[in-house]
Amino acid sequence: MTLLSVSGLTIQRRKRTILRDVSFSVGPGELVGLIGANGAGKTTLMRAVLGLLPAEGDSSLAALPQKARAQQAAWMPQAREVAWPVSVERLISLGRLPHLAAGQAIGAADRAAIDGAIADMGLEPFRHRTATNLSGGELARVLIARTLAQDTPLVLADEPIAGLDPAHQIQTMRLFAGLAQAGRSAIVSIHDLGLAARHCTRLILLGEGRLVADGAPGDVLTPDNLTDHFNITAHFARSEAGLIFQPLDVVGMD
Amino acid sequence: MTRLMLILAGLVLALFAGALVIGPANAPYWDSLSALFVDDGTPLTLVMREIRLPRAILALAIGASLGMAGAAMQGYLRNPLADPGLIGVSSSAALGAVIALQTGLAAAYAFGLPLAALVGAVLGVLLVLALAGPRGASITLILAGIVVSALAGALTSLVLNLSPNPFAASEIVFWMMGSLADRSMDHVWLALPLIGLGLALLATLARGLDALTLGEDAAQALGINLTRLRLALVVGTAAVVGASTAVAGTIGFVGLVVPHLLRPFVGARPGALLWASALGGAAMLLAADILVRVVLPTKDLKLGVVTALVGAPLFLHLIYKTRRQMA
Amino acid sequence: MNRRGSHIVTLFAGAVLVAAPVLAQDEAPQRVVSMNLCTDQLAMMLADEGQLYSVSYLSQQDRGSAMVEEARKYVPNRALAEEIYLMDPDLVIAGSFSARVTLDMLRRLDVPVVVFDPSSSLSDIPDRITQMGAVLHQQDKAARMVDEFNAALADLAAMAPHEGARPSAALYSANGWSSGSATLPGQIVAAAGFDLVADEYGMAWGGFLPLELLAMSDPNAVITGQPYPAASRAEEILDHPVVTDLKEGRMQGIVSDQDWSCGTPFVLGAIERLSTARQTATEAPQ
Repeated sequence: MTLLSVSGLTIQRRKRTILRDVSFSVGPGELVGLIGANGAGKTTLMRAVLGLLPAEGDSSLAALPQKARAQQAAWMPQAREVAWPVSVERLISLGRLPHLAAGQAIGAADRAAIDGAIADMGLEPFRHRTATNLSGGELARVLIARTLAQDTPLVLADEPIAGLDPAHQIQTMRLFAGLAQAGRSAIVSIHDLGLAARHCTRLILLGEGRLVADGAPGDVLTPDNLTDHFNITAHFARSEAGLIFQPLDVVGMD
Repeated sequence: MTRLMLILAGLVLALFAGALVIGPANAPYWDSLSALFVDDGTPLTLVMREIRLPRAILALAIGASLGMAGAAMQGYLRNPLADPGLIGVSSSAALGAVIALQTGLAAAYAFGLPLAALVGAVLGVLLVLALAGPRGASITLILAGIVVSALAGALTSLVLNLSPNPFAASEIVFWMMGSLADRSMDHVWLALPLIGLGLALLATLARGLDALTLGEDAAQALGINLTRLRLALVVGTAAVVGASTAVAGTIGFVGLVVPHLLRPFVGARPGALLWASALGGAAMLLAADILVRVVLPTKDLKLGVVTALVGAPLFLHLIYKTRRQMA
Repeated sequence: MNRRGSHIVTLFAGAVLVAAPVLAQDEAPQRVVSMNLCTDQLAMMLADEGQLYSVSYLSQQDRGSAMVEEARKYVPNRALAEEIYLMDPDLVIAGSFSARVTLDMLRRLDVPVVVFDPSSSLSDIPDRITQMGAVLHQQDKAARMVDEFNAALADLAAMAPHEGARPSAALYSANGWSSGSATLPGQIVAAAGFDLVADEYGMAWGGFLPLELLAMSDPNAVITGQPYPAASRAEEILDHPVVTDLKEGRMQGIVSDQDWSCGTPFVLGAIERLSTARQTATEAPQ
């Protein structure tokens, strides 16, 4: 069973090809890290997969009707946008919208999902705070909780740990890993290759307008790929505590 | 939430009754109300049924329209400065109405007047949305509104100046400031169907506007069809503002003031704000219309003057608050 | 009433009103231009063949003018200084509402100008006739017209019902303006035997009468004017259900038309038609 299959996806914007012929599929229990240098097309790929951008080729998500899509995949955009001073609880409860029929109020199941998401992200003390008054990191956690409350088999998150302190970065990655262990899956774009290597079950590397590599972290983060697509060298080791990845130097950049 | 709605509904009811019993004829309140229900053969029944009732109904319906349209536009643009009067939608509707009146379209077709105002309002909304962009940044929104208002206002003046009727030119102030004086049941039947349709359309936006709190991308991923939402917003706003402006002229600031005052009471949720603002708008316009009758009973003080006196200072305050975001 | 006596008084009053430079003219003017709707009509009625050269364009339009056919015999003017100067008049007659700058310009160009005040009452009318007679050197014609006017007015007054038996009438025009007995239209209505609603509310000079008060006063007749072409909100009030309700089943078909607009003998026709309507209504009560 696959949760998402993408084949031959080509995305053009303003007559420029951003990504060409991307194919991959995601099954249950995967935490997929989407990596690549700035401008490699990580956000573009996720938006096209979700059907938010027009693209050639096929995405099983984009092909779904909008309501069904919202029950299949949750999406956390990179922009941490909250337009109105609503409470944290209300913001998180927006994640339940796809599960409510027209005119239906929030029920017991919805309440459980909201409470679960709040507990998962450690937001209980913030429950009644005004979302627009939170710090950047706190807000990021609230928005992740909103995505979790949507309770979908698949979660796509665009740089969910950017701006979080180390403890919350690790906690958040563990949370996504926990989702994967429970049979759900997540695709997260991420710049911290160390966290990606440690927590993701699989990495997809984008570069030069195409999918460069797709596989286990150790297979993707090869010295050649790092030099060619990130312009870095790195120390890479397996230890008792898991994979350890540390960028060391910049190469080939003028 | 429900308590807020009950309080607002009670307020509207009380003001509606007040609008019915207050007027230059100065009859005792109880006589006035009984003359409304029982035709006692005195002229008071005529006054109640043909003058005060239509005026009160229009104040209620138009206030609700402007309040809900303001809440909807603010929710969609995610900007508290949006108001159909300020961003030129009402002026465009007035232009449509004036053209219908002066070309004879209004006289030739039963619903020619409000439909022409609706067309004007649609063009105004589309122009502002196109100029301001989807996120409706304050500065572009206000600039777009100024341009659309100025253009529609100038064209309205031109059409009225070209009219062979010597009174028409002096009515620019009515179209700019609005009034409910001497409206009849004919005007109620003219405006009510479109207002009802528009309110129903705008009310369907509640969920979409809630989801838009998180931005367009997130809203779409929550299953909100943005194309349909935009269509309902444009048509709904144009219908309520068009019908309102066609019979009462341009009344500004209701759509700005009311959602702003009520937002804290609904937990800032744009969806819940829709009906609350409809009730609040009805209360505000009923109160304003009672005020113009009490303060200057024979001078036909324009409603827009009262709403602007309340609304403009608030608008300045909002600009002051959002100026960092605008800079 | 001593009609001869009142004639002398009005003649005297008229002479005082005539502007000084015209009094100095001992010869009758031969190329007269009138630039006001009301002076147009008096001039047309009193001038000799060929004496009047031009009248205002308004006199040639159905709306407002009681002498359209007659006015078409003259050159129309739009009351512009340049246009009138080029007509080379030896006398210009204007109303006091004519643009001051235009009249000042004409005076600077040494064109003799006489200004007539508008009639604000029926008793002003003989004065204006006499004044026009003096200006045009047609005193005899004017005196005959004043006699006829006063006689006809006295006849109409004799037909009016006495105090207490007079029905009420509201003059109602654009924007809800209602004229009272201190205005010419109000006096026309009063002379036809009506009490005026505006007077009830202390507005003898006229004022804005809210629709509600009109309804509450429940008048026997509502007299509205003829609407202008194209729509205006000001005139929309005259089609309000309250006004149409009040007109229905009461004295009908009464409108203030061109006979009402100027202080000329045409007002006699207006008074007469109103009187007839009143009599028909009171003799055959609904």
